[in-house]
This record gives sequence, C-alpha cells and structure tokens, in this order.
Amino acid sequence: MSEQKTQAAAPAASPASGGKAVVQNLLHGPAARSLGLVVALAVLFLIGAITSGDRFMSADNMLVILRYASIIGVVSVGVTFVITAGGIDLSVGSLMGLTSVVASLAVIQSAATQSTWLLMVAVGLVVGMLAGFINGVIIAYGNVVAFIATVAMLVAARGLAEIISERRTLLVTNTDFTGIMRDDILGIPVLVWIFAVVAAAGWFLLNRTTFGRRTVAIGGNIEASRLAGIKVKRHLVSLYVLAGLTAGIAGVMMMGRTTSGTSTHGLLYELDAIAAVVVGGTLLAGGRGTIMGTVLGVLIFSTLTNVFTQNNMDTSVQSLIKGAIIVTAVMLQQRFAVRKERKAKTKPVRS
Amino acid sequence: MLAVRKGRKLLVTTGALLAIGALVTGCSSETGGDSSQPTNASVDGNAAEGETVVIGFSGPAADHGWLGAINSAAIAAGENLGDVDLRVAEGTNDANLQISQVEQFINDDVDAIVLLPTDGAALTAVATKAMNAGIPVVNVDREFSSPAAARTTVLGDNYGMGQSAGNYICERLGDTPDAVVAEIAGVDSLPLTTERSEGFADALETCGLDVDNRVAADFTVAGGEAAASQLLAAAPEIDAIWNHDDDQGHGVLSAIDTAERDEFFMVGGAGSANAMELIKAGESVLEATVVYPSTQAADGVRLARLIAQDKAMSDLVEVEVPKRIVLNAPVVTSDNVDQYLPTAFAS
Repeated sequence: MSEQKTQAAAPAASPASGGKAVVQNLLHGPAARSLGLVVALAVLFLIGAITSGDRFMSADNMLVILRYASIIGVVSVGVTFVITAGGIDLSVGSLMGLTSVVASLAVIQSAATQSTWLLMVAVGLVVGMLAGFINGVIIAYGNVVAFIATVAMLVAARGLAEIISERRTLLVTNTDFTGIMRDDILGIPVLVWIFAVVAAAGWFLLNRTTFGRRTVAIGGNIEASRLAGIKVKRHLVSLYVLAGLTAGIAGVMMMGRTTSGTSTHGLLYELDAIAAVVVGGTLLAGGRGTIMGTVLGVLIFSTLTNVFTQNNMDTSVQSLIKGAIIVTAVMLQQRFAVRKERKAKTKPVRS
Repeated sequence: MLAVRKGRKLLVTTGALLAIGALVTGCSSETGGDSSQPTNASVDGNAAEGETVVIGFSGPAADHGWLGAINSAAIAAGENLGDVDLRVAEGTNDANLQISQVEQFINDDVDAIVLLPTDGAALTAVATKAMNAGIPVVNVDREFSSPAAARTTVLGDNYGMGQSAGNYICERLGDTPDAVVAEIAGVDSLPLTTERSEGFADALETCGLDVDNRVAADFTVAGGEAAASQLLAAAPEIDAIWNHDDDQGHGVLSAIDTAERDEFFMVGGAGSANAMELIKAGESVLEATVVYPSTQAADGVRLARLIAQDKAMSDLVEVEVPKRIVLNAPVVTSDNVDQYLPTAFAS
C-alpha cells in the first residue's frame, strides 16, 4: 500500500509550472525521503514477521495496526499543514477531547436520535473548526507566537471539556453513530477509510492546489510571501481552522472507537502527531511538507507499537526506541536542511 | 527568528521525548496469603499447575507509585504461576492504543484478558468484543459501563475509602463540633476522586462535620506539595486532613514541614510502604492511611487463570469464580500497621 503511495508522490513533483521551480525542487526531496521511510517500515514488518510470524502478518493484525494509526493519522495530516507553514499546533489533542465531549452531550445525542447521527459528526467538526479559528485569529491577528497561543488552547480546551462533561465520561448511546463508526466497508474498518480519505484530500490540497503552494511559500519565507501578494494572515487562520477540523474528525473517530466522550481523549496526541510529522520529513522550521511522509511516520510508530506488544517486550525499551527514532529523524533532517541552504546560496549566483 | 525556531524545535523534541519516555516501574510486592478450604477446587488443586494458559494484561501507564505497583504485582503474579504465560502490553493512558492492544490479544486468541482500563467506558466496546469472541475478560479497578463486558470485576472501594477516612476522623474529632477538616483530593477529572470525596463527605456528615477546605492535586509529589502549600496558606487552623493518595502525600508532608504546622493530624490514602513506616514511627502528623489495594491486578491475573482453567475459588462453595469482587478499604493505624506493611507498595 505504501509503495503505491510513493509512486504516486513522484509524478506530483514533475509537472513544472514556471516560477514555482523552487517549490518543485523542494518536492523532489520528500519523494526520495519517503523511500527511506518505506524501507524503515519494511524493516519493521520484517522484524515483526520474523519474531511473531503469522500472528503478526495476519490480515486481522494489519487491521489492528491501521485502526490504531487512523486516529493519530488524521490529526497528523492537519498538523502537517500547520508545520509546513512554519507554525505549530499543540492544541489538537485537547481539541479531540473537547469535540468528543461536546458531540456526546445528552442534548446533542437526543437531538441526533430524533434526526440523524450525522448531527453528532457535524457538531464535532464545527467545535474543532471553531477552536482552530480562535487559534488562528490569536496567532495571525493577535501576533501571539503559535507555540504560546496553542499551548493556551491546549490547557483551556481540556478545562472546558472537564467543565462541560462535569468530569464524567459521557457514554455514546446513539447506536446509529456507533454502528457506522465501528463498521467495515469492503473488509476495511470505517475508521481506516476516513484516514485514507483525509490523507488523500490532504495530499491533494498540499500538492495540487494554490492553497498548498501558498502554505509551503509562507513556511519558506513569510515576509517574501506577503510581498508576493499572499494574504498571509487570512491564510494562517485557515490553516489553523484546518488543523482544528482534523482534530474534530479525530475526536469524532475516537467517540466511535471508544463509544464514549471524555475530556481525557487525545491526551498527548499533539506530541504523537508532531513526532509522526517530523519523522515523516516535514521541516519543523517550515517550508517543506509531505503528507505521504506523515502517513508513513504514523504507520511506522503504530507498527512499532504492534511489534513490541506482539513480542511481549519491555515497555520502557519501546519508549527508548521511539525516542531514538525521533532524534535520528530530526538529525537527518537538519543535515538535509543545511544542504538545502547551501544549494540555495549557490544557486542565485549561477543564474 | 532562526534562533527562536531552533529553540522551539528543541522544546518540542524534548517534550516529545519526555512524554514518550515517562514510564516507570515500581518495585514488586508479593501477593497476600493464600486462602484455604476446598469446594469445587481444593487449595492444592488450585495451586497445582494445570494446562498452560496465555493471559493478556493491559493497564494504564505506570505514571505514579500505585499504578507502578499494580503493574509489577501483576507481572510478579504471572511469573510465580508456572502455568501462566503472561503477555504484558505497554502501559498507556491512551484509550485508542489500549483498544488496539486488546484487539491484538483477541487476534492472538489468548485464553483470558486482564484489563485495567484507562477509562472504563472507553474500553467497554472492545472488551465486549473479546467476550463475544469467547475470551473471558477480568476487569480491574475501573469499571466498564456494561456488565456484559467482563466475566469478573475486581474493584477497590473508592467510596468506601472515603468513608473509612471520614469515619476515622469522626472517631477522633466527633466531640469537637466546629473542627476544621480539609481534603486534598487526587486528579479531580477522575470519577474515582468524585466517589472518594462523596464517601468522605457522607461519613463526616454522620458526626456533624463537613469538609471546610478542599484542594485537588494530581497524584504526584510535586502536585501534592503545591496543593498542600496553597491549602495551608488558606487555612490557618486545621484539625484534620485527608489526603487521597500517599504518593502525593510525600509532597503534602514536605509542604507541612515547610509551613511548620503540626496542630492537626493527617490520614493518607492508598497505603504506600513509606506512609506506613511513618505511621509506625509515630512521629509525623500522618496518623493513619486507608488502603486501596495495589495488588488487585495481581488478583485479576490469578482469577483469570482460574477462569481459563475452569477452576473456582477454593474458599467459596460456589462452583465458579464470582462475577464481582469488591476489596475492602481498611484504615491502617500504628495498632495494625505491621499486618499491612508486607503488602504495601513502595512508591
């Protein structure tokens, strides 16, 4: 599956369109790096297959990995956009908790039972987008550093979720909703389909639309982007709304998977998402982003977790290895970044 | 700008590392004495090695002493039983990850699952799935939202814990009608904290007392210290304090030391070895603690083995393992501390 995706990523880099050559150059990198991630993933699969054999390679176990990856994956796609634009969103995990709580409120649930389960989904998405909008406005128009603004939202959203839920776990009783979220289509769980659709949409948005190119441009040089006529502030707001939307989707998925809404859903997911995005090859400093890499990053971490559980391994060792993977990936990235800077310095002289 | 970005990068990376690397293993504590008298299964029959059973165990992240003890006691129980192959999944506070761990156990077709859910309601659906697949689930400590999701439930008594603490304070202060009672709760967002506080308030009510000052900490030493110093500053005269958790109790006691206060006595919670040593020494304000057994997951493993091997509990006439076991929450004072020290957890 992942191999097909890397093949799909390669042509994305090829269609040339005039002055966007710089952007094109940047896109060549991720495709090559994605190959490295595919290799890493393949090695993990090999380790899993050798150590646990059929138990690991069974179709059921693949679905376990994918179901686990899907929720973190959806959040990570949103975070990829924000980080590509040089920002950061630490509030996504909290927003998952908040959306799950609001969407599973008794009022909403009884209204949904009278009309349609889609109401709960809609409420969840709207809550996520609203919170993302607040983030975006504070960052873009309030000139607050993204790190601070979203940390504030992280704390505040959890608090609000606790107040709304009265610190209880709210049960989702709408069987239409839980039934559909826990269903399979063509043998693949609905949650995994949602992840696939969000990833595909994210890939299209980042690589094939002006919205995506502007996102990359802003991450590369915010001042130059402004001078080039991009409405930077407005764009930043829409990026945080997008991250909020994915957090909302993930919150709704979490509700479906756990059949409950609670303020503790999505705890520390912001860090899982950032880890996956960074390992995937998106630059934390902005200017380069890859959805494919993020998807692979998420899959690497969830496969790693699975392999460890399969082998009954010490949990502390697992944490240690996760940490090592993150550090290695970031160090490799910095190397790439330095190389890129040198290239950028020499290029204008030549032309 | 570059410097700022680098700084942030570092911060984020450090944060990620810290978060992922925050697993602690506590010291092991032995499971308590064995029971006697035969019924369906005799003690000897139960102790004898049967066919080897594979038991999957998943619990929350061992982010404080009590949970660390829960995990290590469960693992020790598995190791002490020759016919148990215990599979331990990574301790986690993420419902999503824990669900996938249970799904893996189901795929592996283990003989039984012992589950201390990070959130009872959130794990109910997948536990039901396991039960439907014919795998008995032993639910420990945090209860599922459906009785059909577990074969057996082993619970500590949170409400009873509050009650025990309240009753002890009533005994000590019952004849002082205006006594100032303070409460230092654990994580307020957890239902167990609500239950403990309710039990405490209800017990105090029977002797005409109430909670005058209440603060909440987070089960950590630092959190306990912070909450207690706020509390002590807010209440210049206190007669009794109930602190929900002995882990955060370290911090509470150091805050009390710093404030140089000793006009009150304190009751702890959970029952750590350190707290019991202090009670035994009798020189601290800590006079008593209410036990919340840290061996319940170990009990869960033992029960799962019995269920998987079609055995029963040897002290009961009942032919099968009971559906629900609620553990007692006794008060430990200097009089009976020696009895409880061996099963206390090291924090």
